Amino acid sequence: MADELKPRATREAYGEALLELGKRHGNVVALDADLSGSTMSKVFAAEFPERFFNVGVAEANMMNMAAGFAISGKIAYASTFAVFATGRAFDQVRQSIAQPNLPVRIVASHGGLTVGEDGCTHQSVEDIGLMRLLPNMKVIVPADFNQTYAAVLESYDTPGPMYIRTGRPLTPFLYQEPPASLGKGADVLREGSDISIFACGIMVVKALEAAEQLKKRDISAEVVNVSILKPIDVDTVTASLEKTGYAVTAEEHSIIGGLGDAVAEVAAEYCPVRMGRVGIKDVFGKSGKPDQLLEEFNLTAAHMVELAGKVLASGK
Amino acid sequence: MVAEAGSGHPGGSLSSTDIVTALFFHTLNHRPDEPKWPDRDRFILSKGHCAPILYAALARSGYFPVEDLINLRRIDCHLQGHPDMHKTVGVEISSGSLGQGLSVSVGMALAMRLDKLPGHIFTLMGDGESQEGEIWEAAMAAAHYKTDNLTGIVDANGLQIDGFTSDVMNVEPLAAKYEAFGWSTRQIDGHDMEQIIEALDWSKSVDGPAAIIAKTVKGKGVSFMENQAGWHGKAPASEQKELALAELKEQAEALISGQGEA
Ligand SMILES: Cc1ncc(C[n+]2csc(CCOP(=O)(O)OP(=O)(O)O)c2C)c(N)n1
Ligand SMILES: [Mg+2]
Repeated sequence: MADELKPRATREAYGEALLELGKRHGNVVALDADLSGSTMSKVFAAEFPERFFNVGVAEANMMNMAAGFAISGKIAYASTFAVFATGRAFDQVRQSIAQPNLPVRIVASHGGLTVGEDGCTHQSVEDIGLMRLLPNMKVIVPADFNQTYAAVLESYDTPGPMYIRTGRPLTPFLYQEPPASLGKGADVLREGSDISIFACGIMVVKALEAAEQLKKRDISAEVVNVSILKPIDVDTVTASLEKTGYAVTAEEHSIIGGLGDAVAEVAAEYCPVRMGRVGIKDVFGKSGKPDQLLEEFNLTAAHMVELAGKVLASGK
Repeated sequence: MVAEAGSGHPGGSLSSTDIVTALFFHTLNHRPDEPKWPDRDRFILSKGHCAPILYAALARSGYFPVEDLINLRRIDCHLQGHPDMHKTVGVEISSGSLGQGLSVSVGMALAMRLDKLPGHIFTLMGDGESQEGEIWEAAMAAAHYKTDNLTGIVDANGLQIDGFTSDVMNVEPLAAKYEAFGWSTRQIDGHDMEQIIEALDWSKSVDGPAAIIAKTVKGKGVSFMENQAGWHGKAPASEQKELALAELKEQAEALISGQGEA
């Protein structure tokens, strides 16, 4: 882990990478719905005002405008909070972006509970599920600043639509510098032989902590950062499951529809194992400080350790 | 309240304060000790981020202790960042995702008509919020179904998050839009108590839905917040809080002693 780098929010990486894309490619346009200071599309807006379109508080309109740009040869980046990008504008995304298979990149910030005090209306715990359901849609949840930067740069050449989730909180660095590519989107960050922990987003750092704690109990945990949730890297996930025979997933999302489901689907089809899922247990969030919320909703390394113990104790 | 919470939305809460005050302490026929009284008037805060002013009005009306306000947004407090009908008494419907409150209000208005309930619904929206297409779908529906028991109030403070509404996405002329949609419409100074009260009373008497476009100042009453987009969703630091409270107190005292301008 690159400890010496001060934590930075993944949404900041979006702003910087979008600016870089704007410099490299004249056909990049960006849209926002009155949240450019939060999503960080303002960084692009400041440099390229003629290619930035603030639609006001009108997410549905934004998604369809993005579709219009994309069908006309632009690579369109559309941003707002995750809850509005996927929930409010779901049908627009489905009918005019996913089905037409257009190069719109929905880069949505404020995913998960760590939105904090704004509370459940603004905490998106179902966005990954919604986007994963749509044919053609790629779903990416980067784990740190550098991986987000890489994901956004790489998105330019990736065919079809894409959903990238960023977060509000300062997040520790996992990658010393932006990787050249996300590859197939499942990085084995720590090898282990007793149990596999698949994590995404802010939970990856916690998964590494959990592995460290498990080691003290003589349990060897493998940690896999799954940054591309769809299409998920079946080979890497299956190989890890075959090696360890047990799994825990960890995500800042509902246990329904997200990483837990994605891994369970692979396991069920290719390598059935006992699993535990760390995530939000089919409830809405609430107001509070991000760390307090992670604690209250059991999105912690301690909970991963506990669950790993239970899964291992349950036998094959 | 917002300062103690360390986050929240002071700007739009202050621009709505006079309107919400008039509603809770003059216009609304409600029973704080019987929050579900079927005959009550209903207040819907469509722009849910302005929860602080709703909470203050509910507490001062007696729905819950005023002491709760200081715990706004804390993990163990019922006062959520955006209104939650399951957590806070007196909140008619959860809100916070903009653009939905007017549609909910039309549904409530029609249900109340079916049930022959006498209550009137007052729905407060933002001007930035009025960029949502759903607002205009609701406006069409309210006029179509001739909801006599519905008043829509727009807090037209001219600002949203990313700047002036006229720069981000012009929504004006709001009054002409509501008129064209078939609403009885009035424009008022949203900080002139007489005009507010008069317009609210008027809105109950007209046929079909009534719209009140209230010209307001975002951050009203706190010199350094007035007309500043930056104070949309930011909590004041401790000295700023002291300054803000001192300024508001001074204006309140001037009003009480009859020297205030409005
Ligand atoms: C559907 C939706 N999109 C975006 C937001 C984020 N947001 C919160 S307040 C706001 C600006 C609202 O401006 P306005 O309605 O004028 O409110 P006011 O000026 O009265 O505070 C935005 C974009 C939201 N809460 N809901
Ligand atoms: Mg406004």
